[in-house]
Order: sequence, then C-alpha cells, then structure tokens
Amino acid sequence: MKLPRSSLIQAACAVAILILPFTGLIPDYWITLFNYIGISSLVAIGLVLLTGVGGMTSFGQAAFVGFGAYTTAVLTVQYGLSPWLTLPLAVVVTMIAAALIGAVTVRLSGHYLPLGTIAWGIAFFYLFGNISWLGAHDGMSGIPPLRLGSHALIHPRDYFVVVWIAVVLAVVATQNLLGGRVGRAIRALRRSTRAAEAFGVNTAGAKLMVFVYAAMLAGLAGWLYAHFQRSVSPGPFGITAGTEYLLMAVLGGAGRVYGAILGAAGITFLRDQLQDLLPWLLGHTGNYEIIAFGAVLVLILQTSPNGLWPILFGPPSAPKLPQPRAGQHLPERELPAPGTPLLQAEQAQKSFGGLVAVNAVSFEVECGRIIGLIGPNGAGKSTTFNLITGVLPLTSGRIEFEGHPLQAQTPQRAAALGLARTFQHVEIVADMSVIENVALGANLRGHAGVLRSIFRLDRAEEALLFASAMRQLDRVGLAEVAFEPAGTLALGQLRLVEVARALCLNPVLLLLDEPAAGLRVGEKKALARLLREVRAEGVSVLLVEHDMDFVMSLADRLVVLDFGTKIAEGAPALIRQDPVVLEAYLGGVS
Amino acid sequence: MDGTIFLFLLQDGVINGAVYALVAIALVLVFGVTRVILVPQGEFVAFTALTVAALENGNAPPTAWLLLALGGLAAISELVRHFRDLTVRRLVRIALFDLALPVALLLLTRALAPMKLGQVANILLAITLITPMGPMIYRIAFAPIAHSSVLVLLMASFGVHFSLMGLGLVFFGPEGTGTAPLSSQSFALGDLVVTGQSVAVVAVTGLLLVLFAIFFGRTLLGKALRACSSNRIGARLVGIPTGAAGQIAFALAALLGAVSGVLVGPLMTVAYDSGFLIGLKAFVAAILGGLVSYPLTVLAALGVGFAEALFSFWASNFKEVLVFTLIIPVLAWRSVYAPHAEEAE
Repeated sequence: MKLPRSSLIQAACAVAILILPFTGLIPDYWITLFNYIGISSLVAIGLVLLTGVGGMTSFGQAAFVGFGAYTTAVLTVQYGLSPWLTLPLAVVVTMIAAALIGAVTVRLSGHYLPLGTIAWGIAFFYLFGNISWLGAHDGMSGIPPLRLGSHALIHPRDYFVVVWIAVVLAVVATQNLLGGRVGRAIRALRRSTRAAEAFGVNTAGAKLMVFVYAAMLAGLAGWLYAHFQRSVSPGPFGITAGTEYLLMAVLGGAGRVYGAILGAAGITFLRDQLQDLLPWLLGHTGNYEIIAFGAVLVLILQTSPNGLWPILFGPPSAPKLPQPRAGQHLPERELPAPGTPLLQAEQAQKSFGGLVAVNAVSFEVECGRIIGLIGPNGAGKSTTFNLITGVLPLTSGRIEFEGHPLQAQTPQRAAALGLARTFQHVEIVADMSVIENVALGANLRGHAGVLRSIFRLDRAEEALLFASAMRQLDRVGLAEVAFEPAGTLALGQLRLVEVARALCLNPVLLLLDEPAAGLRVGEKKALARLLREVRAEGVSVLLVEHDMDFVMSLADRLVVLDFGTKIAEGAPALIRQDPVVLEAYLGGVS
Repeated sequence: MDGTIFLFLLQDGVINGAVYALVAIALVLVFGVTRVILVPQGEFVAFTALTVAALENGNAPPTAWLLLALGGLAAISELVRHFRDLTVRRLVRIALFDLALPVALLLLTRALAPMKLGQVANILLAITLITPMGPMIYRIAFAPIAHSSVLVLLMASFGVHFSLMGLGLVFFGPEGTGTAPLSSQSFALGDLVVTGQSVAVVAVTGLLLVLFAIFFGRTLLGKALRACSSNRIGARLVGIPTGAAGQIAFALAALLGAVSGVLVGPLMTVAYDSGFLIGLKAFVAAILGGLVSYPLTVLAALGVGFAEALFSFWASNFKEVLVFTLIIPVLAWRSVYAPHAEEAE
C-alpha cells in the first residue's frame, strides 16, 4: 500500500520528535518544558474540537484535567494501584463526569454555554479545594512515578516519550475522527445546525460526543500531569488555568489540530520567559505573566481571530478521497411506482400566537411528479416546507408521508423517511470542501461511528459515500470545484451544492426552497434539465419558486397559497388564467 | 437555626446582596449597550477599596499611576486604530482625556494624599480615579472588535480581566486591607444589632438605583443608551453613536464599581484579586435577571446575597461551590424559555 506523502511527513516528524531528547542536544530544562507543552497540547486539542470545530466555548476544561489527576492520585496514593491501571480508570471517570456535566451544558444556547462552563469550572475548583480526602487546599503528594518493569520514568527525558506518544496518538485520532462521517456532522454543528439536522444528524448527541471526547483528552492530560508532577493541588485546575487552555486554542487557531500544539508551545514558552523576566523587572515575585496572557488574548482577537496557524501555514489542504473498489456503490432506495400518493396534507394548520401562517391547507404529492408551491411573499410557502420537514410542529390537521403521520416529528426522522431539502437561505459549512458538504447529505446512508472513524476502519464506506457525492456534484455541474472550500463559491453555485447534497440522501421526495434564485439563465436551464431527469427516475419534487417561467415549465401541477390559504390548484396552464391567482399576484385588476 | 440567627443572616445577605446589585446592574448595563460580559467589573470594586485604604493611611494611591498607564495604552490604541483618519479634534481629545487628565489626577493625589483630608474626600478622590478607567478600557480592548460575536467579546473580556488583575498585583501588591467603616454607630432592633455600615450600604444602593431609574426613564442620554441595548442597528440609524454609547456605559460601570468598592471596603479584606469573585456572584444575579431586566437583577442579587449567607452558615466550606452551582439550572431554564440568546456569527 502506498501512503500519501503528507502522512509520511507527519510520521517522520513524529519519530523525530520522540528521538529528540535522547540525542543529548537538548538540556533537561527544555525537555521538562516540552513535557508541559505536550500535556497542555492534549487539553488544547480537545478544545480545538470543542470550540473551534464544534462551536462550544469552554472555560472549564481545566476541571476535567483535575478529574483525571485527582482520580489517579487517590487510586495510587490511597489504594496503592499501579499508575498503568489507573490510566483507563482516570480517563473513564473523567468521561463519565463529562457526560453528566455535558448533558446539561450542551443544551445551553448561545453565550449561556460558555457562562455555564465558567460556573462549573469555578465550582469544581472550590470542590477540589474543600474535600478533605482530596487533601483540600494542600492537595496530595507522594504520587508514584510511572514504571516500566523496575525502571521508574522519573527523568524528564523518559517522561517525554510517554507524553509525546500520547500527543501523537491524540493528533492521529482527532484528525481521523474529523475526516470521517461523524467528523463532517461535527463540523456542521457550528455554522449550519439546521442543515445537519435536515440530513439526520442528532445534533445534541453529536455535541455531547464532542464534549466527552474533549474531556477525555483533558483527563488523559491530568493523568500525565499527576505522574510527572508527582503531586496535585487545586490551583492548576481552576478557571484561570481553564482560560489559559482556551487562550492556547485561540492563539494556535481554534479550528486546527496542529494549531493547538502551536498555541500550547507559545503560551508555555511565554510563561517560562516571563516568569524569569517580569519579577526581575518589577523587583518582586508574583504571577505577573497573566498581564501578558490577557494582552495576547485581546490582541489575537483584535488582529487575527483565526489564530496563528492559518497565517503561518495557510488554509487546510483538501481531503484525500479514498477510491471505491470498481463496481461498488451505495445501495439505492426502492422508489414507489409513479403516481402512487406520497405526501398528503389535510387541513394543515400552523399558527404563531395570533398569526395563522398556514390555514387549513390540503394538497397531495404523487410519486414521480414535480409539484410547484407558489404564492406571493408571506403566503406561507416556507412555513409549509418546515411543517413537512419536521422543523415546526403542526398546530392542527395532519400531514402523512407514505402512510406515516408527520405530526410532531423531527427533521432527523423526516430525513430517515427519505425527505431531502434545500434551504431558502443557504446552509453550507463554509470552511469545509464542497465535496464534504455534499457527502453530509449521505450521512444516513453510512454507519461508521466514532470508533470506526478513529481507527480508520471506515475507509471502504467513506469511499462509497464520496463516490456518491462526486456523482451528484457531477450532475449539478460542479465536479470541477469539488475540492474548493465551499465558502469560496458564488451564491448560485451554493444553491446547486445544496441540491446535490439533497440528492445525495437518495430521497423519495426532494423539497427545494427557491433553488433558482441567484442562478444565471444557463444554470437555470441545467437545473430544470436535472429536475426532469430526477423525476424520470421516480423521485418526486416539491418546489417553492418565484421564477414563474422556471416553475411553469417544470411543474406537473401547481398549488397556490396566499395569506396562508390555498387559493388554487391545477395544471400550470390553468393556473396562469385563474382570476383568483391573478388577483393575488397583481392586486385588484378591476 | 433560631430567629436571631436568621435575622442576622438576613442582614448579612441584604448587605452583600446590595453590593452585588450595584455590580450586577453595571453588568446588565454594559451587556445591553455593548454585548460585552464585563468580567473585569470586579477589578473596579477591588481597586477602589484599595485606593481608599491607601488614602486613609496618607499614602498616594498607586491607582493614579495605573490610570496613567491605561491612559497611555488607550492613546496608543486610538492612534494606531485611527492612523489614517486622524483629526485635530481626536488628537485634542486623546491629549486631554487620556494624557492630561491622568497626569493632573496623579499630581492632585500626590498633593492631597499626605494631608489626610478625611473620609468624604478620600472616597470622592477614589471614585474620580477609577471612573475614567472604564472608557479607557473600552477603547483599548473592545472598540476595535465591537461588532464581533458575544463569544469573542467574552474571551476578550477575560483577557482584560487577566491583565488588570496582574496590573493590580504590580501596583497594589499582594496584601489585602480593609477600610474604615462609613459609620461606626449601631442600634438595636429587637434582638438584632443593626450597624450603621449596613444602613449606609442599603441607603447608598437604594439611592443609586433610584437615580439610575430616573436616568434611564427620563433623560435623553439614558433613553439613547436603552435604544442601543434594545436594537443597535436601529439606534445607529436614528443617529445615536454606538461607540460613544459604549464608552458611556463603561464609564457608568466603572462608577458603579467604584461605589461598590467604597461600600465593600469596610465589610471585608480586599486584595488585588478579590474583585473577581464579587463580580462573578453579581454575574450570577445578572444572569438570573436574564441580562436584561434591572428590577429582576436587583431581586436576584439580594437572593444571591442571602443564599450566600445561608450557605456560609450551613456549609461554609462549600459556599462558593453552591453559589456557582446555582447558576447552572438557571442557565438551562433560560436556554429553554429564552432561546433568542442564540446569535448568528
């Protein structure tokens, strides 16, 4: 098997780092410093995933380092367990704590989430400092060192290997995770939660997963810290330390795994230098370095909020796609025969307080048809869409899809039933490549979970998912830009990316919300051709559109809404002459 | 617990709560106008108490030097930011407010401090030294990123808190001190001994709250600030300069912080880093008030003060744990019932 060059370079760097301390070129003092950098890097990598990728800012990560450190301290000092045995225990205890704390925390919205992390960050600091069997404010000392046979890993050089093996493993695991199916869902959390949900991502579950993963790395860091320092006290697990970890992630570049190491190195070096320099300058000792840390944080946010890594090393490179074996592709859904009733809305009603947005609307969508949903602005078209796709619950009436009632269902379940949608305001993950955005549409057609991603056992499935994504991109005519970051595309192209993503779900019913808005004439023609092709394959389309030429030429039937009420339904030619419709669109032509 | 203890705890809670209320009102005000969650609000409180203490001992407070340092930083950041469009007006303003004012106050404090002018003079001088720090900090740290998300502003706010706390250590040193009580009289009310200090705290807080209500309800400036907090873009469209509004909000916050510092000084030993916890507890109250409602915030602050008094009676070691754990269910509740906190980046 031929490894890609970047993997070889990374592996070579990893080996070089691990050999470095044994060359005798580096003084012990610096090796100790590198050990602390490695330990902080683990926490910062977790924060990159949590904050930079998942969009959840945590000031309390140091508390999880504390969980790991105190667990191993108690078990080794008071119960005499071997440190190697406490490693899984420390990590598991931290993960359980994180699952409990996270269950509440990830449900906090907006800026309440970071505020929540501050609150429990402080609470745990005082808890550690007041529990007598944790040694209260004095902490615990006499923690045994790690041993390999009879050799104690006390020398910084020996410990260096342990720490950096952990860092290398964490980097590999995190990158594998982010590159896989679950990773795409996580990357969609921050900017396009709605899109992630529309393609079956359980967003609350994904957030909790990220939270626990980040805490796991922090717990591992805590275990390493305890056996290197050989003592623990509450100080390094408080809110100040938590903010420093966040500073490391922000400094390095909050979306990038290697940025975490860069940030950890930067802050650790800065602290080391300032702790010598500042007391000498000011004449007495104290933790004056926080002045500089605060200033660095403010300056980074003011000048380069994406951190140092992108400035030094540019944007992330496009993903390497695994190639599927010849002849293999994802299984396709069996579509019902054309003409079978698919979606039935009966007296569907939605009120927001006193406003009736959708008023007793009934219509039907059959298999293999294109139905146009039209009406002036504010007619209730998008609300109808949201009712069908489970974004909003019905006030009364019913909507059925292939016999399943759609009342009070979630967007995730709608996706599972084969409803795929696009959005009126595009919901695209701008910093992810186009092909990965499209592959998000196939989320429910893959099954690889966290562990399979981390251990790279998802390659065969990923190959199929990406092949399907590539095929759909080709159909909308965007194969050439597949590896560009989605954020660089024009609005019209993004709409087509959304269509491709929806097709990637292998839908029974395609719901398109103004897909032609922002498209050029040629692109509109191509889209119309594509939709006819899709119809010929037996997929139904429900189309909200303002471009009348576009919708009239395509639709088999039109449903016209005005002020939330259905005012007409029929073939485009009839609708064109319907006096009630003309009245609604043009006002009183009397 | 018998009635006397309860009354004693209640008094304790009301005093603490009154101080938290002042700090929390400042937090709500600043958040409303600028969306900044002002973590360093507590530093204003601690630095004021330390300034009054220094003046009581006849020493020139290092606060004047700190103000000069902040003024210098504000001037530099203003010059860098407006490098291309510097006007004479702006230069004059920088020279007057960021440089001349701190220098004048420095000379004034050095002249007045050895004279030991008495409590009222000390307090006024301390408040005068602290208040200009608010707008300076706004211009140094927040004005350049005023349009960023709440999250970015929150991180910057932590950065400012770190730096200020470190500067506090440099300028004030690590030792904590207390200040003389505002009133050393006390009287009995049934079983309860009410101290003059607690009456003073409640009276000053009440007076300030009334003044604030009048300011926001009756004056044009107050209404303009309220407009900024309810709809920033709308406020700009009707001609309210939101940058200036931010500075005013920060000035008011520093002023409220300074008054809280005057009130808190005699109640506890204050060190350079004491402000953080006071600020955070006030912050718990501000969150309970949804970061929007002033009356709710005051009520919540009294509640936090009382809860703290109760916790310190029942489980004094776990007082802080309990106070901060209190906030989590509130946040969860607000996330469900006020989901509009979510904001597009």
